Amino acid sequence: FYLTPPQVNSILKANEYSFKVPEFDGKNVSSVLGFDSNQLPANAPIEDRRSAATCLQTRGMLLGVFDGHAGCACAQAVSERLFYYIAVSLLPHETLLEIENAVESGRALLPILQWHKHPNDYFSKEASKLYFNSLRTYWQELIDLNSGETTDVREALINAFKRLDNDISLEAQVGDPNSFLNYLVLRVAFSGATACVAHVDGVDLHVANTGDSRAMLGVQEEDGSWSAVNLSYDHNAQNEHEVERVKMEHPKSEEKTLVKQDRLLGLLMPFRAFGDVKFKWSIELQKRVIESGPDQLNDNEYTKFIPPNYHTPPYLTAEPEVIHHKLRPQDKFLVLATDGLWETMHRQDVARIVGEYLTGVHHQQPIAVGGYKVTLGQMHGLLTERRARISSVFEDQNAATHLIRHAVGNNEFGTVDHERLSKMLSLPEELARMYRDDITIIVVQFNSHVIGAY
Amino acid sequence: AAGMFLRLLSDIQWRAAHPKWRRMTSSQRSTSTTAEPHPVSLPAQAQVVICGGGIMGTSVAYHLSKMGWKDVVLLEQGRLAAGTTRFCAGIVSTARPVSVELKMAHYSNKLYQQLEQETGVQTGYMKTGSISLAQTQDRLISLKRIASSLNVMGIPCEIISPKKVVQLHPLINIHDLVGAMYVPEDALVSSANVSLALATAASRNGVQIHERTSVSHVTVQKGRVTGVETDRGRIQCEYFVNCAGQWAYELGHSGEEPVHIPLHACEHFYLLTHPLKEPLSSSLPTVVDPDGRIYIRNWQGGILSGGFEKNPKPLFTEGRNQLEIQNLQEDWDHFGPLLSALLRRMPGLEALQIMQLVNCPESFTPDMRCIMGESPTAQGYFVLAGMNSAGISYGGGAGKYLAEWMVNGYPSENVWPLDLKRFGTLQSSRTFLRHRVMEVMPLMCDLKVPRWDFQTGRQLRTSPLYDRLDAQGARWMEKHGFERVKYFVPPGKDLLDLDHSKTFYKPDWFDIVGSEVKCCKEAVCVIDMSSFTKFEISSTGDQALESLQYLFSNDLDVPVGHVVHTGMLNEKGGYENDCSIARLSKRSFFMISPTDQQVHCWAWLKKRLPDDSNLVMEDVTWKYTALNLIGPRAVDVLSELSYAPMTAEHFPSLFCKEMSVGYANGIRVMSITHTGEPGFVLYIPIEYALHVYNEVMNMGQKYGIRNAGYYALRSLRIEKFFAFWGQDLDAFTTPMECGREFQVKLEKGMQFLGQEALLEQKQNGVYKRFTMFILEDHDTDMDLWPWWGEPIFRNGRYVGKTTSSAYSYTLERHVCLGFVHHFDEKTGEELVVTTDFINQGEYEIDIAGQRFQAKAKLYPFSSLFTQRRRKDEVELSGYQRE
Repeated sequence: FYLTPPQVNSILKANEYSFKVPEFDGKNVSSVLGFDSNQLPANAPIEDRRSAATCLQTRGMLLGVFDGHAGCACAQAVSERLFYYIAVSLLPHETLLEIENAVESGRALLPILQWHKHPNDYFSKEASKLYFNSLRTYWQELIDLNSGETTDVREALINAFKRLDNDISLEAQVGDPNSFLNYLVLRVAFSGATACVAHVDGVDLHVANTGDSRAMLGVQEEDGSWSAVNLSYDHNAQNEHEVERVKMEHPKSEEKTLVKQDRLLGLLMPFRAFGDVKFKWSIELQKRVIESGPDQLNDNEYTKFIPPNYHTPPYLTAEPEVIHHKLRPQDKFLVLATDGLWETMHRQDVARIVGEYLTGVHHQQPIAVGGYKVTLGQMHGLLTERRARISSVFEDQNAATHLIRHAVGNNEFGTVDHERLSKMLSLPEELARMYRDDITIIVVQFNSHVIGAY
Repeated sequence: AAGMFLRLLSDIQWRAAHPKWRRMTSSQRSTSTTAEPHPVSLPAQAQVVICGGGIMGTSVAYHLSKMGWKDVVLLEQGRLAAGTTRFCAGIVSTARPVSVELKMAHYSNKLYQQLEQETGVQTGYMKTGSISLAQTQDRLISLKRIASSLNVMGIPCEIISPKKVVQLHPLINIHDLVGAMYVPEDALVSSANVSLALATAASRNGVQIHERTSVSHVTVQKGRVTGVETDRGRIQCEYFVNCAGQWAYELGHSGEEPVHIPLHACEHFYLLTHPLKEPLSSSLPTVVDPDGRIYIRNWQGGILSGGFEKNPKPLFTEGRNQLEIQNLQEDWDHFGPLLSALLRRMPGLEALQIMQLVNCPESFTPDMRCIMGESPTAQGYFVLAGMNSAGISYGGGAGKYLAEWMVNGYPSENVWPLDLKRFGTLQSSRTFLRHRVMEVMPLMCDLKVPRWDFQTGRQLRTSPLYDRLDAQGARWMEKHGFERVKYFVPPGKDLLDLDHSKTFYKPDWFDIVGSEVKCCKEAVCVIDMSSFTKFEISSTGDQALESLQYLFSNDLDVPVGHVVHTGMLNEKGGYENDCSIARLSKRSFFMISPTDQQVHCWAWLKKRLPDDSNLVMEDVTWKYTALNLIGPRAVDVLSELSYAPMTAEHFPSLFCKEMSVGYANGIRVMSITHTGEPGFVLYIPIEYALHVYNEVMNMGQKYGIRNAGYYALRSLRIEKFFAFWGQDLDAFTTPMECGREFQVKLEKGMQFLGQEALLEQKQNGVYKRFTMFILEDHDTDMDLWPWWGEPIFRNGRYVGKTTSSAYSYTLERHVCLGFVHHFDEKTGEELVVTTDFINQGEYEIDIAGQRFQAKAKLYPFSSLFTQRRRKDEVELSGYQRE
């Protein structure tokens, strides 16, 4: 059994999405040219999620990748909700008041976000009311707290992350009279998700990261070569500071059991995450919620299981680390990706492959004869030369797809091997997860001219 | 520069010369700017509405009006001949591998030649001839095969040496050529002007033409076309003809009841150059270099050259609509390999200056054959589209056949290979089409070898046993979307990969199929035949029997449990279908027909069965898995599994009974094998399929059972002289012409369809006769293998063509089946073919120009039948199919 190149392409391209930002949207000149995103599932269903949206009441664009574990419920909820929490955190007091008044009097609400979604990126209709109520409570509190200060992006990001995780936890404790929703909020809380979110506004790039997804900046050096700059730190056992932090937060007696086999309490790979109340709630609370919960929850061995050496919860937080970066003209693109990509590719290779792809696409303008005098021989020579320059680049119209093709199909020489690609993509569901993880990638391209003009 | 080109193609002078026509159409484009956009309103009704003003639409209009149908309206959304027709390269080439396509192209050529004289419109017709080049021996063989069939049609054609090529066309580099085919009468035209000429003639005959009028959808009531909705109002009509080219698919889907027209557009590129220093002569032949994937014609002193690349670019998958095909983007990088091939073929052109690279989408179909005919679901809805980039070559002939179809009920030629009803809904998925045309377009230039299987769009319909069989080494082919086993590769044996297995000689599976055949002859084999079309027809009273007695030529009023082989004939006595019908009870019948009959047979019966709610016809194809147990030990396997005696006394041949096999009950067992060998076919409700298969294989072990595929079946059947529908039999063949009189009951006490024609044939004799040929001096290992379509010569004179062939492992000879005609030596008139005429001749079969002696037989070898048979069993499985 062997997939033909068109079949391979149709698998790789099934989830690809591209968005071109209008250069001038009526208010601002955007520093973002656009983005390409894509996902390749290994789990069935895929546990990764992605989101992208333009803030409508403030400036800037939000992009994020979310890697779920123990199911996709939490990643799904975070992908739907987090950007609203961030957007609300960024809103000035007057706008918050305006929104609240509109809701109060049943008037049409100001739109907060413009989503850029692939048809497969869905929102849960059933939970929208519940989610909205929680969000409203949040902005009501912000209104009450009115500090009068202008909102700092870093703070807004941290607050939004923490608040959403808190709401997830609360909703699960309170429950819902609707049995479907009740089970949903419990599944959201008992599963987990990491999040890596970028906020781009002019030259100000903020990356808020919780967990082991990663943000990386592609920089073009003066000699044209490509290098990578990390804009996030992985929250896992490989990060000394993270291990240190966890140890600081718990008594010395637990030092030996906190991190085992590179996992938190010997169980969890990421050291920060949304959901995962098994690592956050007290044992009593966990037992109470599970016992009063629906049967499906009680029958689930995973949710019932209490982590070993569980003495001083919480062990896990959703608080992100935020890195601020001033964009420079040589910063050409940003890659946000879940660990499925970084497990298979070094960031230096990612920078090179995306960089060459993007410049290739730009430099390789189509040839038009127009009114020029060109002979067949000259054209032939020109085409031969161009062909030598292009590799597999032109097969993809999407930088994220191109990156996935390399991540899955690269042979030991760093070039895409169709046979390998075909084999990896035709793995049966139950085997796929052993050879690769879900991969989600967003490649954001910056407008160097705009950035240079700042 | 581009302007020059466009002016050439759409010379507007012709309009001035025909003011009458001009009055009736919008003339936005003409100089008289005072003209309103739509000076003439649409008629409220017409007999025929044609959608599409390209070469197809105008050709249909032209031929309809010539045949006397004048109440015809042609609608074009943009301007006449402004789509693919305008941009097409204008090469009229008759070198086509499919016989009916060849005939269409031949007719088109003759039509275009006299069109200018007939209409006064300049068509740019120029008889230049064409040269097809061969870079390999295999290519030369395929050219020789085409040359053979051109020659017997009286079309001049010769295989020439590379030296001769240079004499015909001085620019060609011949160092890598092994030979070529020269067709001196092929021509060049300006395709847009041909289309305009046809429109002019049609318009003079009374056809109304309206430009800038687009059809939004076609209305259908009670299964009949009733009218057309356009952006300028509604036209009531009885007939609608969809000639919308690459938009035909979308238009077909726009109505409430979709008409599935499986085609998909691909970008197609060709290059135009400025004239050479010494301008090329306009009579220089067109060059086709299939190994280089290109064609080259002279154009205005320079050249026009395009091709069919390996990596086509499909477009409009999402159905983006646009009025006229504006020049799409030129893509030089994409054209690069073709440019290399061009400069390799004509290195002298290096210094020639480029004028333009034209991007002109062409539509392609899933099997590389065009689409014509009537919709199976909407009567009066006709289609002509999907020309696979040969629109100008087919245009005249295709328009003629379609017009004949509409006026007379059927064309004058067998067009089943092009019939829309060969497809069903299953070929109309956008994804399927997109993937398939990416395979089809390169195939235009690929070597066409026997037994080619498409690689895309596979594993769509499968038997429940698919995985089991696949794990046992099954190699698959596809028919009507259904995966069928060709043969089983034994463990440890490797076959050649796809590219290397292409051959015109002995194939690599020869021994594998040989051992499967041997097992069928000596022990027992099982073949999964689930793909066959299966209908159940039943009624509360006698309606089913009465209707079927009228629609089928054999007598179906047989005792319950009997199986009848019978033709489903048309008024002329020709086979519309060839099937087996089992009488399940007094009032219900189970009908088995070839796989690709699913749509055609359904439509044929639906149209003719009485509209009676007490008479029910159901397509149960998907409900049953069919296992064919072939061989002398089949009877042992089955009786052990069912604890029922299966010998001839208890279970005579052509018998059908529901019984239990293993644990499974309600298995429909029929004593037919479609091969003439002893055995049974089991029709198994699909949920029992795996169980019954496992039981059969386990029990069969001690009898030496093994799996077999369709190649073994074909060899067995052809050596026993069984014709099959779609290959040997068609709507122009009657039972009398293929020795099937015994399947016709002229005196069954009631009238049936085709009876009169058959009675007349019985009295007056037949004009062709189905004959079996045994190749005498053919070396299976060394010589080219016959396929089908090879000319048959009797006493050195052409008498017909073969329709199928196979190697007989029993006779150790090749067997060809085909039709023998009797053409009068002087006049060429067709005469009656008698048994004596067949028997008293010396025969030869022409395989790619080489003739082999053949022995003609009108009856199969009785020695091949292992069992002694009753007289009426001689032809016991006289129906066969691929």
